[in-house]
Amino acid sequence: MKAANVPAKVWLLHAAVILLLAALQFLLPAYHHGVLARIMVLAVFAMGYNLLYGYVGLLSLGHAMFFSAGLYGAGLTMLHLGWGVPAGFVAGIAAGAVLALVIGLLALRTTGVAFMIVTMMFAQVFYLMTLYYGDWTRGDEGFVLPQPVRAIAIGDWRLDLSDPSTRYWAAVALFSIVLVITAAIARSRYGRVLVAIRENEERTRMLGYDTFVSKLVAVTISGTICAASGAGYAVLFGYVGSTFASVQYSILPLLWVLVGGAATTLGPLLGTLFMYYVIDIASGYTTAYLLIVGVALILLVLFFPKGVLGSIRARWIGWLP
Amino acid sequence: MSFGPHLLLAFLEGLVTSAVLALTALGLSLVFGVMRIVNVAHGEFFMLGAVVAWFVSSMVGGHPALGFIAALIVSPLVVGAVALVAERLVLRRLNYNPEATIVATIGMLYIIQQLALSLYGPEARPVEAPFTYRIQFPWFGYSGYKLAVVAAAIALLVATWFLLTRTRIGLVMRATQYDRETAQAFGIPVDRVYAGVFAFGAALAAIAAVLIVPISQAHYLMGRDPLLLSFIVVIIGGLGSLRGTVIAAILIGLGDGIISAFFQPTLAKMIATLLVALVLVFRPQGLLGTAAR
Amino acid sequence: MTPLIATHGLSRNFGGLKAVSDVDFAILPGEIRALIGPNGAGKTTFVSLIAGRLQPSTGTIAFDGHDITGMPAHRRVRLGIAYTFQITSVFANLTAYDNVALAVQRTHDDDNHRRGARAFHRAVMSALERTGLAERAEQLAANLSYGHQRLLEVAMGLALKPRLLILDEPTQGLSDSEIENFIVLVREIAAQATVLLIEHNMDCVMRLADRITVMEAGRILAEGVPEAIRANAEVQRAYLGTVADG
Repeated sequence: MKAANVPAKVWLLHAAVILLLAALQFLLPAYHHGVLARIMVLAVFAMGYNLLYGYVGLLSLGHAMFFSAGLYGAGLTMLHLGWGVPAGFVAGIAAGAVLALVIGLLALRTTGVAFMIVTMMFAQVFYLMTLYYGDWTRGDEGFVLPQPVRAIAIGDWRLDLSDPSTRYWAAVALFSIVLVITAAIARSRYGRVLVAIRENEERTRMLGYDTFVSKLVAVTISGTICAASGAGYAVLFGYVGSTFASVQYSILPLLWVLVGGAATTLGPLLGTLFMYYVIDIASGYTTAYLLIVGVALILLVLFFPKGVLGSIRARWIGWLP
Repeated sequence: MSFGPHLLLAFLEGLVTSAVLALTALGLSLVFGVMRIVNVAHGEFFMLGAVVAWFVSSMVGGHPALGFIAALIVSPLVVGAVALVAERLVLRRLNYNPEATIVATIGMLYIIQQLALSLYGPEARPVEAPFTYRIQFPWFGYSGYKLAVVAAAIALLVATWFLLTRTRIGLVMRATQYDRETAQAFGIPVDRVYAGVFAFGAALAAIAAVLIVPISQAHYLMGRDPLLLSFIVVIIGGLGSLRGTVIAAILIGLGDGIISAFFQPTLAKMIATLLVALVLVFRPQGLLGTAAR
Repeated sequence: MTPLIATHGLSRNFGGLKAVSDVDFAILPGEIRALIGPNGAGKTTFVSLIAGRLQPSTGTIAFDGHDITGMPAHRRVRLGIAYTFQITSVFANLTAYDNVALAVQRTHDDDNHRRGARAFHRAVMSALERTGLAERAEQLAANLSYGHQRLLEVAMGLALKPRLLILDEPTQGLSDSEIENFIVLVREIAAQATVLLIEHNMDCVMRLADRITVMEAGRILAEGVPEAIRANAEVQRAYLGTVADG
């Protein structure tokens, strides 16, 4: 419907971002190098959230449970069952997918405010479970995945994921794959249906689309992506704890997506990057650094509801994905 | 202590919880009923009420009762004022859009909570009860103050009921809740009603906190549990219904008291939250409310 | 001939209000049927029951002989029932083209053989051309005039290639010349589909309808060819003073 060079521009932009991230492997000093790896993994979490919030328009306040499903799915299997990294990673993703499907079947019976409350409550139950089963999960204190465990060993060849350089490449790989997936979904027919549901669900239904199934698939994909982020986090950074299941980690992805721009493919990365650094710097000055989160949320919702990339897309660069 | 007295003790504890919970949840319920928004920062208004009470009572010397009474008056006023400012500056500009309001009140939650952390500190500090009088039951002694809390809560609930059903202000509030457009057409200043209701809701939470702070201490994170419990009460009791809120608060307060006496708190919270989430999924109007208009 | 739609004892209550009350209705394939009646007669509620937007309180609905009473709305659309909203319900933030494209996408998803991008484009433009919106294809639906938004509704309905097209007050907000074009369009549509038309514009109704059904207070008051309805005293009473204006 538009000129054919739009898709080309879009893919070039994504490729450029990925190449930039790859190049930074060699350019960044050690501290920022580690931070960026962390940011990329968390940006995957934000991208998963963005799929549901930005494209379908469903505001969930419980996505911490999907991230944690991946985190604990990988962490617990690797720590207690002795599974290797690939198997643990898959276990984390599978846990997230199953949880998302079940939660979707229940929560999608509600809309709007009720949906927000229901997702928040289910996430709260998950959080309490991580505390209750503290014998395995070590609750708030959490547990560490020792370095030797965090390596991929195939025969004689060994890839040590706790090595900063390898870890960075793994983060880039995870990020890039999910970026391409979300970009593809956004441009697909399915993606258009999701946007239609967001804009006017009843109309979409009356055009013959099964909106419940479409939303359920979206919730499942979103949860799976968030779980991939959690599993990646466990495997690459080696720490698993209840904090990641708390309400704070349901609000952070919302914040990151709002800052970067909902319903944009690169917004989540931008938002995560920006807010991570802001909070990092603030926590150097005060223990009350979450104040920044509060102020940011209010400023965003009052003055910049479209976020950085969303505003840029609305005003200047209309083809921005 | 044998089972019977243990149960009585749990019952009395549950009654205190219900009393405070009823007041707190009522504030949340009124805001949702009239304004149709969910205030996630409601727990922080509660906490603020307790913190202000501590400041006031530590400034007022002499008999603890003086400090307490001063707190009982000043705290809801201060918290109500904070709520009013928040409503004017933020919520009204958002036109009370449900999604945007939730995000904004989450922001408010963090701001209030973290300001309390900076200005009040991370410690939990006690406030002295206005009087200490132990009522002697055959099996145990029980704090007279706690029973006074229950009495005070009942008095406040009755006063609120009276305000809502028998005064003009209450009529205006209920009219706005029932049908905002028609209320506006009748010349009711809906904007001012909203501001008043939001401040009133926050003040109710603050009073509840002042009542409870001599029993549990003032701490910057103390808003979390009341928020969750208030949510549960409001969902079960039906949004916007005073009677439903009170009944649900009694059920949940007593239930919480009794279950906590016999079961591990984490497990109890887990099951309670899960049950309530399922209620919301399968019966969105709550157990006692009527379906939304 | 099997009626395309047949309802038996169809009712819908809202609390104490009987919006639709015990309606037996049938429409034959190829008909243009007009549904008229004073405001509040239950016309939109009735067609919403047929389209699946609402579930009946009692009664059954059959489509081409098959019972569809329990079938969800989106499946009925796939069977061939298309509904255009009385209160315009287009995708305001999408262009007219994108609005119709969503409808076309639905039918293309259903056809198992792959259609190319060009066939897709042609299908969208065809629906837009037939409703006279082709020049406005790239305009945001929100920026279209009210009348054009209603035509966009019709275009979306057309793009679904329905067997039954339900039009709910489609000429509201249209100018006289647009209404003329619209009448031509409906006759064209009726060549391939059955049309159920709710209208207040009596001129339109008299010129288009093969048969007219009159509803009042949730029940069918009268049914017949236009001349018979025009002469019907009951119908005149029901409208009481609002008869015969455009």
